[in-house]
Amino acid sequence: MVHLNPMPTLTTTMTDIANSAPDESVRAPRAVPLGLARHGFQGRVDAIVVDGDRLGVSAAEIERRLLELGIVEGAAVHILHEGPIGRDPIAVRVNGTTIALRRREAMAILVV
Amino acid sequence: MTAIDTNDWRIALVGTPNSGKTALFNALTGSRQKVANYAGVTVERKSGFLQTISGHRVNLIDLPGTYSLRGRSPDEEIARDVILGKFASEAPPDFLLCVADATNLRVALRLVIELKRVHRPMLLVLNMIDIARRRGVDIDLDKLSAELGVPVVTSTAVRRAGIEDLLRRIDDIAGKPAAAIAASEWTAPAASDLRAAQREADRVIRAAVSEPAKPDTWTTRVDAVLLHPVWGMIALLALLFVMFQAVFAWAQPVMDLITAGFDALGAWTATVLPEGLLQSFVQNGVISGVGSVIVFLPQILVLFLFILLLEDFGYMARAAFLMDRIMGGAGLHGRAFIPLLSSFACAIPGIMATRVIDNKRDRLTTIMVAPLMTCSARIPVYTLIIAAFVPDKPVLGFLGLQGLVMFGLYAVGIFSALAVSFVANHFFWRESATPPFMLELPDYKLPQLRSVLMNLYQRAMAFLKRAGTTIFSMMVLIWFLASFPRPPVGATEPAIDFSLAAIIGHWIEPLLAPIGFNWQISVALIPGMAAREVAVASLGTVYAIEGGKEAVEQVGHALADKWSLATALAFLAWYVFAPQCASTLAVIKRETGGWRWMWITFFYMLSMAYIAALITYHAALALGLG
Ligand SMILES: Nc1nc2c(ncn2[C@@H]2O[C@H](COP(=O)(O)OP(=O)(O)O)[C@@H](O)[C@H]2O)c(=O)[nH]1
Ligand SMILES: [Mg+2]
Repeated sequence: MVHLNPMPTLTTTMTDIANSAPDESVRAPRAVPLGLARHGFQGRVDAIVVDGDRLGVSAAEIERRLLELGIVEGAAVHILHEGPIGRDPIAVRVNGTTIALRRREAMAILVV
Repeated sequence: MTAIDTNDWRIALVGTPNSGKTALFNALTGSRQKVANYAGVTVERKSGFLQTISGHRVNLIDLPGTYSLRGRSPDEEIARDVILGKFASEAPPDFLLCVADATNLRVALRLVIELKRVHRPMLLVLNMIDIARRRGVDIDLDKLSAELGVPVVTSTAVRRAGIEDLLRRIDDIAGKPAAAIAASEWTAPAASDLRAAQREADRVIRAAVSEPAKPDTWTTRVDAVLLHPVWGMIALLALLFVMFQAVFAWAQPVMDLITAGFDALGAWTATVLPEGLLQSFVQNGVISGVGSVIVFLPQILVLFLFILLLEDFGYMARAAFLMDRIMGGAGLHGRAFIPLLSSFACAIPGIMATRVIDNKRDRLTTIMVAPLMTCSARIPVYTLIIAAFVPDKPVLGFLGLQGLVMFGLYAVGIFSALAVSFVANHFFWRESATPPFMLELPDYKLPQLRSVLMNLYQRAMAFLKRAGTTIFSMMVLIWFLASFPRPPVGATEPAIDFSLAAIIGHWIEPLLAPIGFNWQISVALIPGMAAREVAVASLGTVYAIEGGKEAVEQVGHALADKWSLATALAFLAWYVFAPQCASTLAVIKRETGGWRWMWITFFYMLSMAYIAALITYHAALALGLG
């Protein structure tokens, strides 16, 4: 049930830093941003990495807001719904609660 | 309201949004604060009183929901300031009553762990235990309490279940001789603290709670339709449409009844009161004026019924989800949708609800456009004109033309709100990006009949009170203006032509003639600045006095005779935009902390009203509708 877009923009993630082994095959399944995952995706949060400030909201603040909604490493996530325009925002089930967020913010949530 | 006594125990209700704090507040204090199934209903602190079983008096404070004490938005700041005792004249509460949704413990328990650092006595209430039990969530209360280090009770606030046990526990805890309470150690948690607290909460849950394998299937199934990219949008539009049709169709029989009642009352006063000023005052000022507004009560209640049902059901957050991209395209904050939707009822709660928006500019934009949403006070104006000028005929066989025009007026309000915020964002703030949007979608709940009826009753009373105060006093004014001075003896023109109203009306008329308004409209707009419906009442009075004795007819008939279609359309266009509500302006001033934004809102709306009416009038004339 895992549908993913091609993700050429995905470069350095936490797992990449942790596993600097050059060989792709020995790594744990590669973490991808939740923001690129499709309807029906199920997985676990691997890391939260916010790549930059957003309109007076600092990266650290966005990270804290995601954490405060219960989106922490290890939480089970499941994309239940996609918005009508550009498949945005998404409704994500996180360990039993449903949270709506935009794909742009979901880019910070790396999932496996 | 009873005065606060220093002997009272001060207890604050704290918890994540939508956990049932207000429902519990109402159950404990017998208050009737608004409860609904979405985050951000409570944006103020509310205070109430109750007695514990031992007879001790408690001052209970209901607070806006919050995910942490960091105070990310104005409503969360209120919660933080009360809990930490930051309000100048106030000590911190003696006791924290933490309310958690038993079906959604992860985030709630993380907050409890954060709150422990405040070092106040605490009691955790697992609310909505009825739903948790029904779903088969099994919670070991003793274990939960031991693991958390906080006493735990359960409740079903909406059915007042568990209240007695709760009161007993409050006695137990607050009644203990206060061991020196340590000062608060709370500091804003960093990301690492939040992670640690969540891990701890998850550990506690694993130890004390066993969840059923499958989540709430009901919500999932309903959402499969209501949040579907295609069906969801169709459902949203259909819903709005049914709502406006219902405003016309369902209310009509009751409105006819009320009209008949006022007609009978008018006829009766004519028989008991001697002809003269008193009779004119009662007939023209009170019955034709105030009565012409009260007739719309059923329509307003139908609208509120829809909104209340949707709120209680849990649809509001879904509508925000569906509309997010459209709103974001106009530069509106994702959380702006609910305040704007509330503005359909009235802009005042809508403007207050913008406190959930963290970004200051986004909040200002939302406040500025909220009065453009079609509030219930416009219903009398719109339906009066529509009923008088738009034939009640079916379109495509099943849609009513009148409902369709109403729907169109609402749509114009919505689109202009989006357009104004687009302009504000791109030209004034010079921002193109939109801030983050994260919103919990609560599980659906069956609306509580009692709470819906209670709310409707409060609405009806508020409306009648307005009719009896604001509208009535404006009617006295307009009746006076339209009746004095009396015409000279032997004058052949209608008496009203000699009145102050006519003088003032004629004086303003040149300003409003380009948009097709006659002197009667011009003078009605002056008291109409107080509230939108007042214009309807004023027109009722002016035309009733002008018509003289034989014209104790309804204002709608008078308008249909005396206005051109172009004037009627221009009047509608004016009312889409005109800032004619003193209370809204006062709330804007209060919520933005100064005159500036109030005047900006007033003038931009006034200009838009004039331009829209001007264009409409001349377009209609060009089409030969003069
Ligand atoms: N079934 C059930 N519903 C509840 C209970 N308490 C509150 N609710 C509903 O939960 C929603 C949120 O309640 P509210 O008091 O507004 O939450 P607040 O945001 O914490 O103040 C409303 O729709 C209530 O009707 C409960 O104990 N059982
Ligand atoms: Mg509340």
